[in-house]
Amino acid sequence: MAGLARLELSPEEVETYTAQLGSILAHADDIAGLDLGGLEPMAHPFDIENVFRPDTVTPSLERDELLSQAPDVERNRFKVGRILGEAP
Amino acid sequence: MTESASKIASDVRSGARTAASTVKESLDAIAARDAELHAFLYVDDLGARAAAIVVDAAIEAGRDPGPLAGVPLALKDNLCVRGVATTCGSKILNGWKPPYTATVIERLVAAGAIPIGKTNLDEFAMGSSTENSAFGPSRNPHDTSKVPGGSSGGSAVAVAAGYVPVSLGSDTGGSIRQPAAFCGLVGYKPTYGHVSRYGLVAFSSSLDQIGPFANTVGDAALISTVICGHDPADSTSLRDGYPDLMGALERGVAGLRVGLCSDLLDGADDEIVAQVRAAAQVLEAAGAEIIDIAIPELRLGLSAYYLLAPAEASSNLARYDGVRFGLRVERDDVAAMNVATRTAGFGAEVKRRIMLGTYALSAGYYDAYYGQAQKTRRLITNALDNAYASVDVLLGATTPTTAFGFGDKVADPMSMYLSDLFTIPTNLAGHPAISVPFGVGATGMPIGVQILAPGRKDDLLFQVGAVLEKGAPA
Repeated sequence: MAGLARLELSPEEVETYTAQLGSILAHADDIAGLDLGGLEPMAHPFDIENVFRPDTVTPSLERDELLSQAPDVERNRFKVGRILGEAP
Repeated sequence: MTESASKIASDVRSGARTAASTVKESLDAIAARDAELHAFLYVDDLGARAAAIVVDAAIEAGRDPGPLAGVPLALKDNLCVRGVATTCGSKILNGWKPPYTATVIERLVAAGAIPIGKTNLDEFAMGSSTENSAFGPSRNPHDTSKVPGGSSGGSAVAVAAGYVPVSLGSDTGGSIRQPAAFCGLVGYKPTYGHVSRYGLVAFSSSLDQIGPFANTVGDAALISTVICGHDPADSTSLRDGYPDLMGALERGVAGLRVGLCSDLLDGADDEIVAQVRAAAQVLEAAGAEIIDIAIPELRLGLSAYYLLAPAEASSNLARYDGVRFGLRVERDDVAAMNVATRTAGFGAEVKRRIMLGTYALSAGYYDAYYGQAQKTRRLITNALDNAYASVDVLLGATTPTTAFGFGDKVADPMSMYLSDLFTIPTNLAGHPAISVPFGVGATGMPIGVQILAPGRKDDLLFQVGAVLEKGAPA
Protein backbone atom coordinates (compact mmCIF):
# COMPACT_ATOMS: atom_id res chain seq x y z
CA MET A 1 0.00 0.00 0.00
CA ALA A 2 2.88 2.34 0.83
CA GLY A 3 4.31 1.69 -2.62
CA LEU A 4 1.02 2.63 -4.31
CA ALA A 5 0.94 5.80 -2.22
CA ARG A 6 4.59 6.60 -3.19
CA LEU A 7 5.81 6.31 0.39
CA GLU A 8 8.69 4.35 1.87
CA LEU A 9 8.35 2.81 5.34
CA SER A 10 10.91 1.42 7.74
CA PRO A 11 10.25 -2.09 9.14
CA GLU A 12 9.21 -0.51 12.45
CA GLU A 13 6.79 1.82 10.67
CA VAL A 14 5.28 -1.11 8.77
CA GLU A 15 4.58 -2.79 12.09
CA THR A 16 3.05 0.32 13.72
CA TYR A 17 0.94 1.28 10.72
CA THR A 18 -0.29 -2.27 10.19
CA ALA A 19 -1.63 -2.37 13.73
CA GLN A 20 -3.11 1.15 13.59
CA LEU A 21 -4.74 0.75 10.19
CA GLY A 22 -6.05 -2.62 11.31
CA SER A 23 -7.82 -1.04 14.26
CA ILE A 24 -9.31 1.71 12.09
CA LEU A 25 -10.57 -0.83 9.54
CA ALA A 26 -11.92 -2.98 12.38
CA HIS A 27 -14.00 0.00 13.51
CA ALA A 28 -15.38 0.21 9.96
CA ASP A 29 -16.81 -3.28 10.41
CA ASP A 30 -19.94 -1.56 11.74
CA ILE A 31 -20.75 -0.40 8.23
CA ALA A 32 -19.17 -3.31 6.34
CA GLY A 33 -21.98 -5.65 7.36
CA LEU A 34 -24.90 -3.30 6.63
CA ASP A 35 -27.27 -4.14 3.81
CA LEU A 36 -27.30 -0.83 1.91
CA GLY A 37 -28.10 -2.32 -1.47
CA GLY A 38 -30.91 0.09 -2.33
CA LEU A 39 -29.02 3.27 -1.51
CA GLU A 40 -27.37 5.45 -4.12
CA PRO A 41 -23.69 6.06 -3.24
CA MET A 42 -23.20 9.69 -2.21
CA ALA A 43 -20.05 11.41 -3.42
CA HIS A 44 -21.09 15.00 -2.80
CA PRO A 45 -23.49 16.93 -0.55
CA PHE A 46 -25.55 18.36 -3.40
CA ASP A 47 -26.29 17.19 -6.88
CA ILE A 48 -23.88 19.09 -9.03
CA GLU A 49 -23.51 19.04 -12.77
CA ASN A 50 -20.73 20.34 -14.93
CA VAL A 51 -20.32 24.05 -14.44
CA PHE A 52 -19.37 26.11 -17.46
CA ARG A 53 -18.28 29.69 -17.83
CA PRO A 54 -18.54 31.88 -20.92
CA ASP A 55 -15.73 31.16 -23.36
CA THR A 56 -14.04 34.52 -22.95
CA VAL A 57 -10.41 35.26 -22.20
CA THR A 58 -9.75 36.20 -18.56
CA PRO A 59 -6.45 36.85 -16.80
CA SER A 60 -4.71 33.67 -15.64
CA LEU A 61 -1.97 33.13 -13.08
CA GLU A 62 1.46 34.55 -13.86
CA ARG A 63 3.69 31.96 -15.54
CA ASP A 64 6.92 33.23 -14.06
CA GLU A 65 5.41 33.41 -10.59
CA LEU A 66 4.25 29.79 -10.87
CA LEU A 67 7.63 28.61 -12.17
CA SER A 68 9.41 30.48 -9.39
CA GLN A 69 7.87 28.04 -6.92
CA ALA A 70 9.25 24.93 -8.61
CA PRO A 71 12.34 23.17 -7.25
CA ASP A 72 13.95 23.19 -10.71
CA VAL A 73 13.05 24.76 -14.05
CA GLU A 74 14.61 25.11 -17.48
CA ARG A 75 13.36 27.23 -20.38
CA ASN A 76 9.92 27.84 -18.81
CA ARG A 77 9.43 24.17 -18.03
CA PHE A 78 9.46 22.12 -14.82
CA LYS A 79 12.68 20.14 -14.76
CA VAL A 80 12.98 16.64 -13.27
CA GLY A 81 15.49 13.82 -13.33
CA ARG A 82 15.52 10.76 -15.55
CA ILE A 83 12.10 9.29 -16.35
CA LEU A 84 13.00 6.18 -18.38
CA GLY A 85 15.12 3.35 -16.99
CA GLU A 86 18.24 3.98 -19.12
CA ALA A 87 20.43 7.03 -18.77
CA PRO A 88 20.72 9.06 -22.01
CA MET B 1 -8.22 42.34 22.66
CA THR B 2 -11.59 42.03 24.34
CA GLU B 3 -13.77 44.15 22.06
CA SER B 4 -15.93 42.43 19.49
CA ALA B 5 -15.21 42.74 15.78
CA SER B 6 -18.43 44.67 15.30
CA LYS B 7 -17.45 47.20 18.01
CA ILE B 8 -13.97 47.64 16.54
CA ALA B 9 -15.37 48.14 13.04
CA SER B 10 -17.96 50.67 14.19
CA ASP B 11 -15.35 52.58 16.21
CA VAL B 12 -12.91 52.63 13.29
CA ARG B 13 -15.64 53.75 10.90
CA SER B 14 -16.77 56.53 13.26
CA GLY B 15 -13.20 57.68 13.89
CA ALA B 16 -13.32 56.75 17.58
CA ARG B 17 -10.24 54.59 17.11
CA THR B 18 -7.73 53.93 14.35
CA ALA B 19 -6.95 50.72 12.49
CA ALA B 20 -3.26 51.35 13.20
CA SER B 21 -3.74 51.39 16.97
CA THR B 22 -5.96 48.31 16.76
CA VAL B 23 -3.36 46.39 14.79
CA LYS B 24 -0.63 47.49 17.18
CA GLU B 25 -2.68 46.22 20.11
CA SER B 26 -3.07 42.88 18.36
CA LEU B 27 0.63 42.58 17.47
CA ASP B 28 1.63 43.53 21.02
CA ALA B 29 -0.62 40.82 22.46
CA ILE B 30 0.94 38.26 20.13
CA ALA B 31 4.47 39.38 21.01
CA ALA B 32 3.64 39.10 24.72
CA ARG B 33 2.29 35.58 24.77
CA ASP B 34 2.62 33.64 21.55
CA ALA B 35 6.04 32.16 22.24
CA GLU B 36 4.15 30.16 24.86
CA LEU B 37 0.86 29.45 23.06
CA HIS B 38 2.15 29.09 19.49
CA ALA B 39 -1.06 30.09 17.73
CA PHE B 40 0.82 31.63 14.81
CA LEU B 41 3.19 30.07 12.31
CA TYR B 42 3.74 33.44 10.68
CA VAL B 43 2.91 36.97 11.78
CA ASP B 44 2.75 39.47 8.92
CA ASP B 45 3.81 42.44 11.02
CA LEU B 46 4.67 44.78 8.15
CA GLY B 47 1.76 43.73 5.94
CA ALA B 48 -0.73 44.26 8.76
CA ARG B 49 0.63 47.68 9.66
CA ALA B 50 0.58 48.72 6.00
CA ALA B 51 -3.02 47.51 5.58
CA ALA B 52 -4.02 49.49 8.69
CA ILE B 53 -2.56 52.65 7.19
CA VAL B 54 -4.65 52.10 4.07
CA VAL B 55 -7.83 51.70 6.15
CA ASP B 56 -7.09 54.80 8.21
CA ALA B 57 -6.33 56.77 5.04
CA ALA B 58 -9.69 55.78 3.61
CA ILE B 59 -11.47 57.03 6.74
CA GLU B 60 -9.43 60.23 6.58
CA ALA B 61 -10.52 60.71 2.97
CA GLY B 62 -14.16 60.15 3.85
CA ARG B 63 -14.45 56.70 2.27
CA ASP B 64 -15.97 53.74 4.14
CA PRO B 65 -13.49 50.82 4.28
CA GLY B 66 -16.36 48.40 4.88
CA PRO B 67 -18.20 46.45 7.59
CA LEU B 68 -14.98 44.97 9.00
CA ALA B 69 -12.96 48.20 8.96
CA GLY B 70 -9.74 47.73 10.92
CA VAL B 71 -10.67 44.32 12.34
CA PRO B 72 -7.55 42.17 12.88
CA LEU B 73 -8.01 38.68 11.56
CA ALA B 74 -6.07 35.42 11.86
CA LEU B 75 -6.03 32.88 9.02
CA LYS B 76 -5.52 29.15 9.23
CA ASP B 77 -2.35 28.33 7.34
CA ASN B 78 -4.13 26.26 4.70
CA LEU B 79 -5.63 29.46 3.26
CA CYS B 80 -3.58 30.99 0.49
CA VAL B 81 -2.42 34.59 0.38
CA ARG B 82 -0.47 35.50 -2.74
CA GLY B 83 3.22 35.79 -2.01
CA VAL B 84 2.90 34.81 1.67
CA ALA B 85 4.36 31.46 2.74
CA THR B 86 1.64 28.84 3.25
CA THR B 87 2.69 25.63 4.97
CA CYS B 88 -0.46 23.63 5.88
CA GLY B 89 1.61 22.64 8.92
CA SER B 90 3.69 20.44 6.64
CA LYS B 91 7.34 20.26 5.69
CA ILE B 92 6.38 19.26 2.16
CA LEU B 93 5.28 22.81 1.30
CA ASN B 94 8.60 24.18 2.50
CA GLY B 95 9.18 27.62 1.00
CA TRP B 96 5.98 27.68 -1.06
CA LYS B 97 4.43 31.08 -1.70
CA PRO B 98 1.03 30.77 -3.38
CA PRO B 99 0.55 32.64 -6.65
CA TYR B 100 -3.06 33.49 -5.76
CA THR B 101 -5.22 34.59 -2.82
CA ALA B 102 -8.20 32.70 -1.45
CA THR B 103 -11.57 34.23 -2.33
CA VAL B 104 -12.55 34.48 1.35
CA ILE B 105 -9.48 36.58 2.10
CA GLU B 106 -10.08 38.86 -0.87
CA ARG B 107 -13.63 39.44 0.40
CA LEU B 108 -12.53 40.09 3.98
CA VAL B 109 -9.82 42.53 2.92
CA ALA B 110 -12.28 44.28 0.61
CA ALA B 111 -14.53 44.67 3.69
CA GLY B 112 -11.71 46.38 5.60
CA ALA B 113 -10.40 43.44 7.66
CA ILE B 114 -6.66 43.18 8.29
CA PRO B 115 -4.96 39.77 8.10
CA ILE B 116 -2.44 39.55 10.95
CA GLY B 117 -0.90 36.20 10.14
CA LYS B 118 -1.20 32.48 9.51
CA THR B 119 -2.13 30.07 12.27
CA ASN B 120 -1.00 26.62 13.28
CA LEU B 121 -2.90 23.48 12.31
CA ASP B 122 -2.60 19.73 12.22
CA GLU B 123 -0.71 18.87 9.03
CA PHE B 124 -3.07 19.33 6.06
CA ALA B 125 -5.90 19.74 8.60
CA MET B 126 -5.69 16.09 9.62
CA GLY B 127 -6.03 15.88 13.37
CA SER B 128 -7.93 17.02 16.43
CA SER B 129 -5.26 18.61 18.62
CA THR B 130 -2.58 20.44 16.50
CA GLU B 131 -0.17 17.76 17.70
CA ASN B 132 0.23 16.70 14.06
CA SER B 133 1.70 20.06 13.02
CA ALA B 134 5.24 19.71 11.68
CA PHE B 135 6.03 22.90 13.60
CA GLY B 136 4.89 21.78 17.07
CA PRO B 137 1.51 22.08 18.79
CA SER B 138 -0.42 25.12 19.97
CA ARG B 139 -1.51 25.41 23.60
CA ASN B 140 -4.96 26.00 25.05
CA PRO B 141 -5.02 29.46 26.70
CA HIS B 142 -7.45 28.19 29.38
CA ASP B 143 -4.87 25.60 30.52
CA THR B 144 -1.58 25.37 28.68
CA SER B 145 -1.18 21.70 29.61
CA LYS B 146 -4.20 20.98 27.37
CA VAL B 147 -4.56 20.87 23.60
CA PRO B 148 -6.61 23.60 21.91
CA GLY B 149 -8.29 21.04 19.67
CA GLY B 150 -7.84 20.81 15.95
CA SER B 151 -7.26 20.87 13.25
CA SER B 152 -7.84 24.65 13.27
CA GLY B 153 -6.28 24.91 16.75
CA GLY B 154 -4.10 27.94 16.05
CA SER B 155 -7.05 29.99 14.81
CA ALA B 156 -8.99 29.07 17.96
CA VAL B 157 -6.08 30.05 20.22
CA ALA B 158 -5.63 33.36 18.38
CA VAL B 159 -9.16 34.39 19.38
CA ALA B 160 -9.25 32.72 22.81
CA ALA B 161 -5.96 34.40 23.79
CA GLY B 162 -7.35 37.79 22.79
CA TYR B 163 -4.92 38.41 19.91
CA VAL B 164 -7.71 38.97 17.39
CA PRO B 165 -11.51 39.11 17.69
CA VAL B 166 -12.14 36.73 14.78
CA SER B 167 -10.30 34.14 12.72
CA LEU B 168 -10.90 31.67 9.93
CA GLY B 169 -10.55 27.91 10.05
CA SER B 170 -11.67 25.02 7.91
CA ASP B 171 -13.99 22.22 8.98
CA THR B 172 -13.83 18.82 7.29
CA GLY B 173 -15.04 16.65 10.18
CA GLY B 174 -15.28 19.16 13.02
CA SER B 175 -12.04 21.11 12.71
CA ILE B 176 -13.72 24.42 13.56
CA ARG B 177 -16.39 23.32 16.03
CA GLN B 178 -14.18 21.01 18.13
CA PRO B 179 -11.42 23.58 18.84
CA ALA B 180 -14.12 26.24 19.37
CA ALA B 181 -15.65 24.02 22.08
CA PHE B 182 -12.24 23.31 23.64
CA CYS B 183 -11.31 27.01 23.72
CA GLY B 184 -14.66 28.51 24.76
CA LEU B 185 -15.51 30.13 21.41
CA VAL B 186 -18.25 30.24 18.83
CA GLY B 187 -17.31 28.10 15.83
CA TYR B 188 -19.44 27.87 12.71
CA LYS B 189 -19.32 25.39 9.84
CA PRO B 190 -21.47 26.78 7.01
CA THR B 191 -23.59 24.77 4.58
CA TYR B 192 -21.28 23.14 2.03
CA GLY B 193 -21.04 25.49 -0.93
CA HIS B 194 -22.02 28.71 0.86
CA VAL B 195 -18.35 29.67 1.20
CA SER B 196 -15.91 29.45 -1.71
CA ARG B 197 -13.10 26.93 -1.28
CA TYR B 198 -10.93 28.68 -3.88
CA GLY B 199 -7.53 29.12 -2.25
CA LEU B 200 -8.19 26.60 0.54
CA VAL B 201 -5.62 23.82 0.19
CA ALA B 202 -7.70 20.68 -0.40
CA PHE B 203 -7.92 17.88 2.16
CA SER B 204 -11.25 16.20 1.43
CA SER B 205 -12.97 18.25 -1.23
CA SER B 206 -16.54 17.01 -0.73
CA LEU B 207 -16.37 17.76 3.01
CA ASP B 208 -14.10 20.82 3.43
CA GLN B 209 -15.74 24.13 4.29
CA ILE B 210 -14.24 27.40 5.57
CA GLY B 211 -15.81 29.11 8.57
CA PRO B 212 -15.12 31.53 11.44
CA PHE B 213 -14.14 31.51 15.10
CA ALA B 214 -15.45 34.38 17.22
CA ASN B 215 -16.15 35.33 20.82
CA THR B 216 -19.77 36.08 20.03
CA VAL B 217 -22.50 34.68 17.81
CA GLY B 218 -22.94 38.17 16.39
CA ASP B 219 -19.31 38.40 15.27
CA ALA B 220 -19.56 34.96 13.67
CA ALA B 221 -22.60 36.19 11.73
CA LEU B 222 -20.86 39.42 10.74
CA ILE B 223 -17.78 37.74 9.28
CA SER B 224 -19.82 34.96 7.66
CA THR B 225 -21.99 37.47 5.88
CA VAL B 226 -18.82 38.80 4.26
CA ILE B 227 -17.36 35.43 3.20
CA CYS B 228 -20.56 33.67 2.04
CA GLY B 229 -21.82 33.87 -1.51
CA HIS B 230 -21.28 32.39 -4.94
CA ASP B 231 -17.79 32.36 -6.45
CA PRO B 232 -17.27 31.36 -10.09
CA ALA B 233 -13.77 30.13 -9.14
CA ASP B 234 -15.28 27.28 -7.07
CA SER B 235 -17.48 24.99 -9.16
CA THR B 236 -19.08 23.57 -5.99
CA SER B 237 -20.12 27.01 -4.78
CA LEU B 238 -23.91 27.34 -4.44
CA ARG B 239 -25.57 29.83 -6.75
CA ASP B 240 -28.79 30.38 -4.86
CA GLY B 241 -27.67 32.87 -2.22
CA TYR B 242 -27.49 32.37 1.54
CA PRO B 243 -29.77 33.24 4.43
CA ASP B 244 -29.77 36.52 6.39
CA LEU B 245 -27.55 35.65 9.36
CA MET B 246 -27.50 39.10 10.98
CA GLY B 247 -31.29 39.34 10.87
CA ALA B 248 -31.54 35.95 12.56
CA LEU B 249 -29.75 37.16 15.71
CA GLU B 250 -32.78 38.94 17.14
CA ARG B 251 -35.43 36.56 15.90
CA GLY B 252 -35.68 34.39 19.05
CA VAL B 253 -36.77 30.77 19.22
CA ALA B 254 -40.48 31.02 20.07
CA GLY B 255 -42.28 28.08 18.47
CA LEU B 256 -39.05 26.53 17.17
CA ARG B 257 -38.93 22.73 17.39
CA VAL B 258 -35.56 21.69 18.86
CA GLY B 259 -34.61 18.02 18.68
CA LEU B 260 -32.54 17.00 21.70
CA CYS B 261 -30.65 14.21 20.01
CA SER B 262 -29.54 11.24 22.13
CA ASP B 263 -27.07 10.18 19.43
CA LEU B 264 -25.30 13.51 19.82
CA LEU B 265 -25.08 12.95 23.60
CA ASP B 266 -24.51 9.27 24.37
CA GLY B 267 -20.83 8.72 25.03
CA ALA B 268 -20.21 12.29 26.16
CA ASP B 269 -18.97 12.96 29.70
CA ASP B 270 -21.72 13.57 32.27
CA GLU B 271 -20.72 17.20 32.77
CA ILE B 272 -21.16 17.84 29.05
CA VAL B 273 -24.53 16.07 28.90
CA ALA B 274 -25.62 18.20 31.85
CA GLN B 275 -24.74 21.43 30.03
CA VAL B 276 -26.53 20.35 26.85
CA ARG B 277 -29.65 19.63 28.94
CA ALA B 278 -29.28 23.02 30.62
CA ALA B 279 -29.05 24.60 27.17
CA ALA B 280 -32.28 22.85 26.18
CA GLN B 281 -33.95 24.37 29.25
CA VAL B 282 -32.77 27.83 28.22
CA LEU B 283 -34.34 27.33 24.80
CA GLU B 284 -37.54 25.96 26.30
CA ALA B 285 -37.79 28.97 28.60
CA ALA B 286 -37.42 31.17 25.51
CA GLY B 287 -40.40 29.51 23.87
CA ALA B 288 -38.88 26.61 21.92
CA GLU B 289 -40.41 23.17 21.99
CA ILE B 290 -37.91 20.49 23.08
CA ILE B 291 -38.43 17.11 21.45
CA ASP B 292 -36.36 14.06 22.36
CA ILE B 293 -35.13 12.37 19.22
CA ALA B 294 -32.88 9.44 18.33
CA ILE B 295 -31.02 9.18 15.02
CA PRO B 296 -28.98 5.99 15.46
CA GLU B 297 -27.56 6.25 11.93
CA LEU B 298 -25.37 9.16 13.13
CA ARG B 299 -23.29 6.58 15.02
CA LEU B 300 -22.09 5.20 11.68
CA GLY B 301 -20.63 8.54 10.63
CA LEU B 302 -17.22 7.95 12.12
CA SER B 303 -16.57 4.82 10.07
CA ALA B 304 -17.87 6.37 6.86
CA TYR B 305 -15.82 9.52 7.41
CA TYR B 306 -12.58 7.72 8.16
CA LEU B 307 -12.84 5.92 4.82
CA LEU B 308 -14.18 8.78 2.66
CA ALA B 309 -11.94 11.58 3.92
CA PRO B 310 -8.70 9.56 3.63
CA ALA B 311 -9.78 8.35 0.18
CA GLU B 312 -10.25 11.91 -1.03
CA ALA B 313 -7.05 12.97 0.75
CA SER B 314 -4.99 10.24 -0.87
CA SER B 315 -6.10 11.58 -4.22
CA ASN B 316 -5.73 15.29 -3.36
CA LEU B 317 -2.28 14.83 -1.82
CA ALA B 318 -0.95 12.98 -4.87
CA ARG B 319 -0.02 16.46 -6.16
CA TYR B 320 2.85 16.71 -3.66
CA ASP B 321 5.37 15.01 -5.89
CA GLY B 322 8.37 17.35 -5.73
CA VAL B 323 7.89 18.57 -9.30
CA ARG B 324 6.00 21.88 -9.31
CA PHE B 325 6.25 23.38 -5.81
CA GLY B 326 7.51 22.81 -2.30
CA LEU B 327 10.02 20.26 -1.16
CA ARG B 328 12.11 18.07 -3.47
CA VAL B 329 14.47 15.37 -2.25
CA GLU B 330 16.76 14.75 -5.21
CA ARG B 331 17.20 11.23 -6.56
CA ASP B 332 18.51 9.98 -9.91
CA ASP B 333 15.13 9.24 -11.41
CA VAL B 334 11.70 10.81 -11.03
CA ALA B 335 9.90 7.89 -9.38
CA ALA B 336 12.56 7.62 -6.66
CA MET B 337 12.46 11.42 -6.22
CA ASN B 338 8.66 11.29 -5.76
CA VAL B 339 8.98 8.61 -3.07
CA ALA B 340 11.89 10.26 -1.26
CA THR B 341 10.15 13.66 -1.29
CA ARG B 342 6.85 12.35 0.06
CA THR B 343 8.55 10.14 2.64
CA ALA B 344 10.58 13.06 4.00
CA GLY B 345 7.85 15.69 3.61
CA PHE B 346 4.75 14.11 5.12
CA GLY B 347 4.25 13.44 8.84
CA ALA B 348 2.95 10.25 10.44
CA GLU B 349 -0.78 11.07 10.46
CA VAL B 350 -0.81 12.24 6.85
CA LYS B 351 0.98 9.07 5.77
CA ARG B 352 -1.48 7.00 7.78
CA ARG B 353 -4.46 8.61 6.05
CA ILE B 354 -2.94 8.47 2.60
CA MET B 355 -2.34 4.74 3.02
CA LEU B 356 -5.81 4.19 4.47
CA GLY B 357 -7.36 6.08 1.56
CA THR B 358 -5.23 4.29 -0.99
CA TYR B 359 -6.38 0.99 0.50
CA ALA B 360 -10.07 1.99 0.55
CA LEU B 361 -9.85 2.95 -3.13
CA SER B 362 -7.80 0.01 -4.33
CA ALA B 363 -9.17 -2.60 -6.71
CA GLY B 364 -10.67 -5.44 -4.74
CA TYR B 365 -11.53 -3.29 -1.71
CA TYR B 366 -13.24 -0.35 -3.44
CA ASP B 367 -16.81 -1.69 -3.10
CA ALA B 368 -16.32 -3.06 0.40
CA TYR B 369 -14.85 0.14 1.82
CA TYR B 370 -15.22 3.26 -0.32
CA GLY B 371 -18.49 2.18 -1.95
CA GLN B 372 -20.02 1.08 1.34
CA ALA B 373 -18.93 4.34 3.00
CA GLN B 374 -20.57 6.36 0.22
CA LYS B 375 -23.82 4.46 0.75
CA THR B 376 -23.55 5.02 4.49
CA ARG B 377 -23.12 8.72 3.78
CA ARG B 378 -26.45 8.61 1.94
CA LEU B 379 -28.03 6.66 4.82
CA ILE B 380 -26.95 9.30 7.36
CA THR B 381 -28.07 12.19 5.16
CA ASN B 382 -31.48 10.56 4.62
CA ALA B 383 -31.80 9.99 8.37
CA LEU B 384 -31.08 13.67 9.05
CA ASP B 385 -33.55 14.74 6.38
CA ASN B 386 -36.19 12.53 7.99
CA ALA B 387 -35.47 14.02 11.39
CA TYR B 388 -35.92 17.53 10.02
CA ALA B 389 -39.48 16.62 9.08
CA SER B 390 -40.33 16.69 12.79
CA VAL B 391 -37.82 19.19 14.22
CA ASP B 392 -36.33 22.46 12.94
CA VAL B 393 -32.87 22.05 14.47
CA LEU B 394 -30.95 19.44 16.44
CA LEU B 395 -29.18 20.07 19.74
CA GLY B 396 -26.33 17.99 21.14
CA ALA B 397 -22.77 18.05 22.38
CA THR B 398 -19.94 19.32 20.20
CA THR B 399 -17.36 17.00 21.76
CA PRO B 400 -17.49 13.94 24.04
CA THR B 401 -14.97 15.50 26.47
CA THR B 402 -13.43 18.86 27.29
CA ALA B 403 -9.89 19.59 26.05
CA PHE B 404 -7.53 16.68 26.68
CA GLY B 405 -3.86 16.71 27.60
CA PHE B 406 -0.87 16.63 25.24
CA GLY B 407 0.07 13.10 24.29
CA ASP B 408 -3.14 11.54 25.63
CA LYS B 409 -4.34 10.27 22.26
CA VAL B 410 -1.26 10.29 20.06
CA ALA B 411 -0.41 6.60 20.26
CA ASP B 412 -3.93 5.42 19.41
CA PRO B 413 -5.31 7.18 16.31
CA MET B 414 -8.76 5.65 16.82
CA SER B 415 -9.11 7.34 20.22
CA MET B 416 -8.21 10.68 18.60
CA TYR B 417 -10.75 10.11 15.81
CA LEU B 418 -13.49 9.45 18.39
CA SER B 419 -13.31 13.09 19.49
CA ASP B 420 -14.97 13.93 16.13
CA LEU B 421 -17.93 11.60 16.74
CA PHE B 422 -20.58 14.32 17.08
CA THR B 423 -19.26 16.75 14.48
CA ILE B 424 -18.76 14.39 11.54
CA PRO B 425 -22.40 13.72 10.46
CA THR B 426 -22.86 17.40 9.56
CA ASN B 427 -19.98 17.32 7.11
CA LEU B 428 -21.15 14.09 5.51
CA ALA B 429 -24.57 15.64 4.85
CA GLY B 430 -23.15 19.02 3.76
CA HIS B 431 -25.30 20.67 6.43
CA PRO B 432 -24.40 23.64 8.66
CA ALA B 433 -23.69 23.49 12.40
CA ILE B 434 -22.42 25.81 15.11
CA SER B 435 -20.74 25.27 18.47
CA VAL B 436 -21.60 27.79 21.16
CA PRO B 437 -19.79 27.95 24.53
CA PHE B 438 -22.06 26.91 27.38
CA GLY B 439 -20.58 26.56 30.86
CA VAL B 440 -17.40 24.85 32.01
CA GLY B 441 -16.47 21.41 33.30
CA ALA B 442 -15.18 20.40 36.73
CA THR B 443 -11.62 21.42 35.83
CA GLY B 444 -12.74 24.80 34.53
CA MET B 445 -12.34 23.88 30.86
CA PRO B 446 -14.95 25.25 28.44
CA ILE B 447 -17.87 23.17 27.16
CA GLY B 448 -19.51 23.69 23.78
CA VAL B 449 -23.04 22.80 22.76
CA GLN B 450 -23.75 22.09 19.14
CA ILE B 451 -26.72 23.11 17.01
CA LEU B 452 -27.33 21.41 13.66
CA ALA B 453 -29.68 22.60 10.91
CA PRO B 454 -30.71 21.41 7.47
CA GLY B 455 -28.66 22.52 4.46
CA ARG B 456 -29.15 26.19 3.51
CA LYS B 457 -30.94 26.89 6.83
CA ASP B 458 -27.87 28.41 8.48
CA ASP B 459 -29.94 31.30 9.85
CA LEU B 460 -31.61 28.88 12.30
CA LEU B 461 -28.21 28.26 13.92
CA PHE B 462 -27.78 31.96 14.60
CA GLN B 463 -31.35 32.30 15.91
CA VAL B 464 -30.73 29.53 18.43
CA GLY B 465 -27.09 30.45 19.06
CA ALA B 466 -27.95 34.03 20.03
CA VAL B 467 -30.49 32.79 22.60
CA LEU B 468 -28.04 30.26 24.07
CA GLU B 469 -25.33 32.90 24.30
CA LYS B 470 -27.60 35.14 26.40
CA GLY B 471 -28.68 32.22 28.59
CA ALA B 472 -25.27 30.60 29.08
CA PRO B 473 -23.99 30.18 32.66
CA ALA B 474 -21.83 33.14 33.70
